[in-house]
Parts: sequence; C-alpha cells; structure tokens
Amino acid sequence: MFSLLRSMWLIFLHMFHKRDTYQYPEQKAPLPARWRGRIALTRDPDGEERCVGCYLCAAACPVDCISLQATEDEHGRRYPEFFRINFSRCIFCGFCEEACPTYAIQLLPDFEMAEYNRQNLVYEKHDLLINSQGKYPGYNYYKIAGLAIHNKDKGDAQHEEPPVDIKSLLP
Amino acid sequence: MDATFFIAAGIAVLATLRVITSYNIMHALLYLVVSLLAVAVVIYVYGAPFMAVLEIIIYAGAIMVLIIFFVMMLNLGLETSEHEKAWLRPRIWIIPGILCLILLGEMLFLIIQNRQPAGNIQVVEPKAVGMALFGPYIIAVELTGILLMAGIVGAYHLGRQQKKISHRFLENFEL
Amino acid sequence: MTNPWWIIGGVLFVLLNAAAGLIWLERRMLALWQDRYGPNRAGPFGILIVLADTLKLFFKEDWIPPFADKVVFVFAPAVVAASVLMSFVIVPFAPGIVVSDMNIGILFFLAMSSLGVYSIVLGGWASNNKYALLGAMRGASQMISYEVFMGLALMGVVVMSGSFNLSVIVEAQKNVWFIFPQLIGFVIFLIAGIAETHRLPFDIPEAESELVAGFHSEYSGMKFGMFFIGEYLGITLISAMVVVLYFGGWLGPSFLPPVIWFVIKTFAFIMLFILLRASMPRPRYDQLMEYGWKVLFPLSLLNLMVTAAIKLWLSTH
Repeated sequence: MFSLLRSMWLIFLHMFHKRDTYQYPEQKAPLPARWRGRIALTRDPDGEERCVGCYLCAAACPVDCISLQATEDEHGRRYPEFFRINFSRCIFCGFCEEACPTYAIQLLPDFEMAEYNRQNLVYEKHDLLINSQGKYPGYNYYKIAGLAIHNKDKGDAQHEEPPVDIKSLLP
Repeated sequence: MDATFFIAAGIAVLATLRVITSYNIMHALLYLVVSLLAVAVVIYVYGAPFMAVLEIIIYAGAIMVLIIFFVMMLNLGLETSEHEKAWLRPRIWIIPGILCLILLGEMLFLIIQNRQPAGNIQVVEPKAVGMALFGPYIIAVELTGILLMAGIVGAYHLGRQQKKISHRFLENFEL
Repeated sequence: MTNPWWIIGGVLFVLLNAAAGLIWLERRMLALWQDRYGPNRAGPFGILIVLADTLKLFFKEDWIPPFADKVVFVFAPAVVAASVLMSFVIVPFAPGIVVSDMNIGILFFLAMSSLGVYSIVLGGWASNNKYALLGAMRGASQMISYEVFMGLALMGVVVMSGSFNLSVIVEAQKNVWFIFPQLIGFVIFLIAGIAETHRLPFDIPEAESELVAGFHSEYSGMKFGMFFIGEYLGITLISAMVVVLYFGGWLGPSFLPPVIWFVIKTFAFIMLFILLRASMPRPRYDQLMEYGWKVLFPLSLLNLMVTAAIKLWLSTH
C-alpha cells in the first residue's frame, strides 16, 4: 500500500523532469557512427569500385534481398555488372557488411528512405555507389591482393615479395 | 403517468413473450432483462421508487448478469438454437397456451369486476421501507439473513481448497 | 435556467466534449509523466488530435464479423454510453443544476452502474472470439464483485447524511467533508470505482498484453469509439461521484461560483485517475478478486457498522 503511494508520487515528480523526446522532423536524432542504416557501395582511395562481386553478401543475406552479377574488365579486375538491393525486404541486420571481404558494402547512419511507391525501394548499383571510402579510409583491396590488374603487376602489392622465377635455378 | 404505465407494461408483456418464443437463449435472456426493466418502470410509476431501483440492481444488474455469465460459458451456438427449434414445435404450445388464456381471462374478469382507478398513489420513501423491514417484518429480515449465512457457509465449504501445493516438486510430500 | 431541457442539453454537451477532451488530456498527461510529449502536432498543444481521432474513427470500416451475433454486437456499445450518461442524471453540479433531484439518487447510480456490466458481457459474448469471451468473463465477475463494496462503502455516507438524495448529501457536508469521517469508505469507493470503470490498474477485462484488447477485440470504427467514450465518461462519472459524496460537491469558498468548485474538484480526481494509470501495474485476476472479497469487503462492512454505531450513539446521547 505504501509502496503504491510512493510510486505514484515518484511518477508525479516526473512532471518536472526533462523530456527525452526528439522532435523528429525538425530535430534529428544523433545517430552513432556504426548505426546500421542505408546500405552503400564504397570506393577505394583511387575512386574505383571496391566490390569484387564475390557473392558473399548475397549468400549471407538472411532475407535474400541482394542480387548481383560479377564480371571482369579487360585487365582481369572483377566488378559487379549489376548490384541490386531490395530495401523493402532488407532487415538492416548488417550481415552483408560483415561478410564483405573488401569493405565494399557498408551500412550508413541514415534511415530516412521512405517511399510512396514500393518499386522505388529497389536500389540499383548507381543508387548504391557512393563517392566515398566509408568507414575504412585508405583501404585498397587491389593494392594488397596479389592479383595482377591494370597498372599493377604480380609482386607489386604491399608487403608482397616479387614472384619467384620458377624457370631459374639460382637461389 | 397513464401513458408511461401502459407503454412500460406493453413493453414488459411483449418482451416476456419474446423470452418464451425466442430460440436463441442469449436473446431470450436479454428480453428478460428488458422485461425486468419495464417492470421496474411500472413499479416506479406506482410510487415505489426504492423497489424499482432494487429490482434493477438485484434482478437486472446482478442475477441476470450471473445467468448470462453461465450461459456464456456453455458455448451455445447456432446448433443449440436449431435443437430448440426442433423441440419447440407448435404442438407443444397448445397446453401452456390454453392455461395462459384461462389465466388471462381470469385477470380480465377481475379487472372488469373491480373498476377502481389506481389514483392517489402514495410514494413509498426508502426510509419507510427501512422502517417497515426493521420494524414489523424484522423476523423475515432475520430469516433471510440466516438463509444467506447458510448459503455463504455452503459456498465456502464447496469452494474450499483441499490441499495447497506450494511447489510442484513438493507435491508428493506431506507438509 | 429552470427549463430542464436546457440543463439536459448543457450536461450532455459538456460531458461529451469533456469525454472527447479527456482522450487528449490523458495522452498528454501520460506523456508528461513518462518524459514524453504526447500528441503535439495538430493544433495548439495538439488538441485537434481529438478531431483527427474522431474523423479517423468515423471513416474506419464499421465491420461486423460474420461469426458474430449481429444484433447483440451492435447493441452492446450503446449500453455502455447510455448507462453512464443515465447515471449523470442524478449528479448535482451546483444548487439547482441537476437533471433530476431524485430521492433515490445513490441507488439509481448503483442500478445504472450495474447495468453497465452488460456492455462488457454482451460485447464479449457477441464477438464470438475467445479473447473477447475471456475479457467478458473477467469483466463480469470483476464488476459484479466490486459493485458490492461500492454499494457498501456508499452506505456509510448514506448513514451519515440520512438520505439517498445527492443534493441533501452535499448539503450535509457544510461543516465537514465526508472524506474525514469516512476515510475508509472513500478509499474503498475509489478503488471500487476504478474497478467499475475498468481503468488501468484494474483493466483486466481489456488487458491488452494478455487478451489482445479483451472484450472489444472485434470492435472497430465508431462502435469501438462508443466503448472508448464510455470509458472516459465513466472516469468523469466516478470522479464526480467521489466529489459529491466525499468532497463536498459544489461547496467551497464563495469567491468562485459553485459550478467552478465542482469542476475543479472533479478535474483533480480525473487527474488522479490518469496518474494511477501512469504508475500502477496491473494485478493478476485472482489477486484482484482475493483483494476485493477478503480485504475490501470486510473493511467496508466494518466501516458501515462502525459508522452506524457511532451515529446511533450520538443520536441517543
């Protein structure tokens, strides 16, 4: 009985507390940097696409909202021919970001993507690609990987020893 | 006042007829409630407001709610009203109908015989009812009290829990 | 002002508007006590939310489930609003401003509140839905039991003032409000009143976390609106009755007119109702019944007995 009165009194005192609400459209809520919101495809420091079309994100996606098709340019660099995310299915779990070996797919702190037309929630590659390195500035997958591409031959990657000449007997 | 009486009385008669003839038990009970309310109005018009309100509180408000409460738990649906329809064939109405007609005739006869206007109605105040109950009729009140007491004791006896199990693991132990 | 139609019309107008306004008030106050804002967009302080809500309710599909008992289903929401509005007939707002100054006022109030049970029972039964039925069963047993203590608690006031007439009861509080001699009766009446309106600490017929929405699960549109309005009218009614019976009705210092005193006191109790909703957890069903029959019932009987004994002793000495 007494505890009931006490709780009523405490609730009454909340009248004089500060309110916790953000007046949303006028006043934005501060989102943390690692907020899982809109999905974007980032670029490496050279301005090229980071995505190598490995399908790991599509495989990891629990709701199967990612679809893509990998292809290669004339120098052997892989990139997605198309990359499509259906945001009307996406649950923003972030598994694609965790699965991505090249830090290409990243979730950004942005949730304001409502649409009147459901079809508008299907984002194509040009909607997803952003002109930024996202959360991992300076990371360039092809500068580390051993694959030979345009302007970079075997052995030119960081911390990579020159390739062994298997046709020579010299040590 | 005559108009209110006749309207209320008519409603009471009609509602009671529907109580008997309705196949759906819930609807029948609702008609009974309406009939009780109409009777309460009649009682009020004839100068017994205390009785009228008690009629609503006790009959319409408590007893009928309890009956509806039990009917509610019986899960009677369309099927039962079909049964009712099958049971209550017109043939069954004959004897009760005749009996009611005889009663009606008797009542009409009495009404015609004894043409006294129901004028100069005396309003019975709640205080007068209380004085009467605790004065000349005290024995009836006491008897009702004893009856209710017996009812409470019986209900308590029936509703008593035999054994209180404090925990499911202790079920087999005698405490 | 002597024309009764003016009083009836005025009371109806004020009550229905107050009930609609209470929806807004309750949401704002709950928000305030939970460190939120509540509805604050439509109109000044969001008061037009009432209008928006009403419009929404009107334009909702007025759906009657095919498995429901149609007549009873439509009838049930009307009962709740009608029975509560009927109870207001006997509430004296100020000297002279009362629809009907019956000498069986309190009994009429009890009778109407006992008819209010039907709305829950019939609504729940006619929905033909198991959650609605469970809600109706809980509601019926809760309201019937709490009516008993409500009546018994009121009898203390009746004994002290010697009348069922509410105006006489208010006049009898000229010297001292009945809250002081009838403190136990007041507490019991308040608790029973909350249970009678099935408001939040005792909202087990609805219990949205257990029974979807209880007895009105199947209702939509304005039929649901009737239940909603009935609930807020019930709050207003119980607050007004508490004020009339225990807080001296319209009595107060004479710098304000009696009606204003009545409204202020009633408003304070409406606020108490909302505060209760903001702060109390819902008891379990059997706890509620046990509390009623094992604590409140003996207490109210004892209160009545002691009051009557003191009254008798005073009148013989």
